[in-house]
Parts: sequence; structure tokens; C-alpha cells
Amino acid sequence: MNPVNYLYLAALLFTIGATGVLIRRNAIVVFMCVELMLNACNLAFVAFSRMHGNLDGQVIAFFTMVVAAAEVVVGLAIIVSLFRSRHSASVDDASLMKL
Amino acid sequence: MSATAAVHSLWTTAAAVDPISKIDAPKIEYGQLAPTLIVVGAAIIGIAVEAFVPRKSRYYVQLFVSVVALVAAFAAVVALAVNGYATTKAGIAAMGAIAVDGPALFLQGTILLTALVGLFTFAERRLDPEAHGNRVDSFAAQAAAVPGSDSEKKAVKAGFTTTEVFPLLLFAVAGMLVFPAANDLLTLFVALEVLSLPLYLMCALARRKRLMSQEAAVKYFLLGAFASAFMLFGIALLYGYAGSMSYAVIAQVVEGTVTDVTPALAGTMGNDALLLVGAALVVMGLLFKVGAVPFHMWTPDVYQGAPTPVTGFMAAATKVAAFGALLRILYVVLPGLRWDWRPVMWAVAIVTMVVGAIVAITQTDIKRLLAYSAISHAGFILAGVIAATPSGISSVLFYLAAYSFVTIGAFAVVTLVRDAGGEATHLSKWAGLGRRSPLVAAVFAVFLLAFAGIPLTSGFTGKFAVFKAAAEGGAVPLVVVGVIASAIAAFFYIRVIVLMFFSEPHPEGPTVAVPSPLTMTAIGVGVAVTVVLGVAPQYFLELAGDAGVFVR
Repeated sequence: MNPVNYLYLAALLFTIGATGVLIRRNAIVVFMCVELMLNACNLAFVAFSRMHGNLDGQVIAFFTMVVAAAEVVVGLAIIVSLFRSRHSASVDDASLMKL
Repeated sequence: MSATAAVHSLWTTAAAVDPISKIDAPKIEYGQLAPTLIVVGAAIIGIAVEAFVPRKSRYYVQLFVSVVALVAAFAAVVALAVNGYATTKAGIAAMGAIAVDGPALFLQGTILLTALVGLFTFAERRLDPEAHGNRVDSFAAQAAAVPGSDSEKKAVKAGFTTTEVFPLLLFAVAGMLVFPAANDLLTLFVALEVLSLPLYLMCALARRKRLMSQEAAVKYFLLGAFASAFMLFGIALLYGYAGSMSYAVIAQVVEGTVTDVTPALAGTMGNDALLLVGAALVVMGLLFKVGAVPFHMWTPDVYQGAPTPVTGFMAAATKVAAFGALLRILYVVLPGLRWDWRPVMWAVAIVTMVVGAIVAITQTDIKRLLAYSAISHAGFILAGVIAATPSGISSVLFYLAAYSFVTIGAFAVVTLVRDAGGEATHLSKWAGLGRRSPLVAAVFAVFLLAFAGIPLTSGFTGKFAVFKAAAEGGAVPLVVVGVIASAIAAFFYIRVIVLMFFSEPHPEGPTVAVPSPLTMTAIGVGVAVTVVLGVAPQYFLELAGDAGVFVR
């Protein structure tokens, strides 16, 4: 199968993720959408790796997974601490600093 | 398709040839990477200290380890520069991952000095009144305790402090050291995350106004992760375009001077959409970190909510690192695309300067005001980036060095002005500060004048250098806009000075805390650098000029 199709799929997933970040209210769901964007990038890396016949893209996909895992750790810690002090993880409620 | 055969050959030939003998052991130039390695090593030691050292003595051990690491790393940078790695011996280290050259070493030196000064403000423990006989710093007693809960009260009573901020600071510094020196896109991305993740956490750790601090951290984290996902997709597209992560190879493919063109590369090379979209997304990720309009939305909220020492550190050091990376991307990877990125950056620079300066006028909170000022300064620095000449590089380097010390000093002064609720950041409370504590107000006035770019301060020298480079690079209209934006910005800086010196002090106004020698050193260094770079900048301009050549 032509690897270009995987690129279209990656772009589609990336767009779904980006749209989700912009329209969803719950911080956890927003964060999951960011993870979807990172995974779409992984798919693009692997597809390009196949097209070019070198392994760089696959190696990067591993690095992206590690970075995404680290981001989950930090992100969930921050979101949970916000939820515990406000009993809400909605990004709309977090507006103490609105002018 | 022949590309498919090429992939299969990766594992079909492996059976015939011993695969182990084909893998070369990586060659790592430990000496040239010493600054980063020292800082990472110290950060790991800092984690071990958290695990094994008794709570009472952790603060002192952590402070000692951090100071020693930053000083040693700076000494390593100076040693590398003296041995010619900034000029004649500049090269690529760590299998093509890290560049050791003039701009990298200059920016690493700046970041390390800024971090050292920032560390002093982190370690300050005399501003808040003692809680149950324990000296406290600007950070939460226990970050996991819910604000206002019993567990928080217990933590405060037991005298806990979040000494984890010191290793977090060191990890952030390590990422910042790699960021402007990264020589392939993967290193760039990993460095971006290594510098960002500790910053997200540190934003959430304020001792006072914890809800605001947590909110700032969530905003910074979600928007930062969003921006880095865009950047990663850009990296994927650039990799797809050039078939390599290396800056040098991508630059060759962009310019069309690449020698061995595989059939797959021949297919993707002709696809300008990959290149243009990829480059735009990568640059967008960097502009987010820099805080340029239209990617500036996080800046005021995060600067306001984060603990002030963290704000000062990240305002100064992140900007240095991110502009370093942006310069390298635009000057090393994408010079062949100059005619495409320059108009876009023109627009970004103009909007950034103007929006930053105009919106700052309406601000009533000193930290938000400084945040918008940081945005407009990002625009001024972008004007130097656009020059696309050697003097553009060196003027940006000089501006970053001058600006970072002014910023960190200004935020250090903000930590001193306090009332019962912690720092008094509302501008109305600063009225008449000059009558009550003339020295602090005078020092703050020096920083504001430097921000405004008044002669005899470092801000003037930096702005002059940047605008001169931009004008020589053919961007005269940009300079005109820049000068107008500077004039608008000067209005609100002067307004704060007038407020401090020429209005009546509020009877229940804030008091100025007497800091320990740590914050005094931080502010003193800030003032000294501001004045020296303003009065006698020649040596430092030459230093930046000598450092202004990228290796490729």
C-alpha cells in the first residue's frame, strides 16, 4: 500500500486532536487530545521512515513516546492538583486571572 | 517501488553480515559537552539529595550543589570559548546532535549566569514572615496538599519546604543549554521538553495565591503541550521532506545542493508543501516559547500566576534559549527559504511589538505589565533576527544578554514589595513607593528605563544594535515601527516611575521587605550589568560580534 495514505491518516488524526484541544472543556480530555496529536506525529514519522528507507523516523517515534510519557506524568500531576483544590477540571472555570 | 526494497534490505542483509560489527560505537566529545553534562549530573545528585538527606539540611545541600554546578558549568563554557571552540575550533559534537560554536557558547554562558542569579532569588528565605519559627521561601510547603486544607497547615507547621525546585531548576537549565545548540531536529524537540516540563511544575508551586499558581501551571502546560505537538508535526514534515533530521542535510536539500539523491528523496524534495508547512510549524513552536504575537496568549497569565522568582527565571532564560534555537533554525536550516520566511517574520515582529506595547498600557498588575513588556521585547529581538546578516546574529546575542539581566532584576524587585497577602502586585499599591523606600524605587526605575531603552542603560545599546542590524538588512520600515512601539512602551514605563515618585503613598500601603544577601546580590548584579552594558558596552559588543558565526 502506498505510504502516502498513512500520511493522510496522520494529518487527519492530528487535525482531530487539534480540534479537540480547542473545543473540549475538560482539562483531562484536552490533554488526551494533545496525546492524540503526538501519536499522529508518530504515525507520520514511521510512514516517512518507510518512504525514505532509513530508520531515523522509527527511532524518533520511540523518543516521542518517552516524551509523551514524561508529559503525562507532569500533566496529570498538575491537573489533579487543580482538580483537588477546585473540584473541577474544567478549563473554563480556571479564570482567576481574566482581566 | 525501490524505496520498499531499500527498507527490506535493512533486515534481509542482516542475516548475511554480522549485525554487531556494523554498528559503530558512538563518539562523544565529553569535554565539549561538559557544561550540559555538569548541570544534568548536578540535577541527578539533587534528586538523590531529596531521597537521602534529612529534611532540615536539604535546603543548604541543594543550594550548595546548584551553585557549584552552575559556576562549574559557566567555567567550562569560558574554558571552551578561550580554547577557540567559539571561533576556529567550532564544530559538531555528539554524533551530529550538538553544535559547539560561538552563538551556542555565548548563549549558554548567558543562560548559566542568568540561572545563577535566578537561583539566588529561588533560595531567598527572609521575605515571608517566619511560619512557626521556620524560615520559608516563595514555594509551597507541600505542593500535593490542597490549598487551605489541614494537610497544608500541618506541612507549614512542620516547616516543610519544596527543595525540589533546585533540581527542577537545574533540569530546566540543562534543557536550555541544549536548546540553542541542538543540531538536529530530534535533539531540538527533546531539549524543548526537558526545559519545559520542569517549568510547568515550578509554575504550580507558589506559597501564596496557590489557586492562581495552579491555574497558571495548567494553562502553561496545556498550551505548551499543544504548541510542542505542532512543532513535532512540523519536525515530521521536515523529516519527510529531507529524509534526515540533521540541520546540515536539511539545509542542503532546501538549497538543492544535496549530492546523493535517492529515488524517495527525489520524490519528496519536489514537494514544497512538506517544506513550507513543516518549517512554519517548527518556527511556530519556537515563537510560542518566545512569546511572540499571535502565540503570546499564555504569557500574561503564566507570568502573573507563577511564583515571582520562577517568573523572573523563565522570562529571562527561556527567551534566551528559544531565540537561540530560532536563530539556528532560520540561519542554518532555512537560509535557502529566506524569501519565504522573512515576510512572515516581518508581520510577526510588527504585530508583536505593537500589540505588546499597546496592551501593556491598560494593565494594572505589575507582573502582567512586565509580561506584556516581555512580549514587545520579543518583537524588538525578532527585528534583529529578520536582518539575516552576521550583525543580525551578534545584535540579537547582545540584546538577549542585556535583556535577561534586566528582567531577572526587575522581577527580583517585585518580590520585595509586600503586604499582608504576600506580594503587592497591583499597581495602585506601588503609588508613592519612592517616598517610602527611595532605594528600591530607584533600582526599579533603572530597570524600567532599561526596558524603555533610555541611553546609558543596556536596553538602549541592545535596541540600537538590533535596529541598526535590521536597517542594514533592508528592514527600514520595521525599524520605524519599532521606534514608534518603543515610544509607546516608554509611556507606560515612565508612568510607573511617575507613580512611584510623584504620588502620595497609601496609608495602608505595602512594606518593602529587607531581603537576605541572596536577593540583594541578584538585584545588584542586575543593576551592575544594566549600567555597565549601557555605559561601556564595547567589550561585550565585540564579544557578541566574535561569537556571531554559526557552524554547519
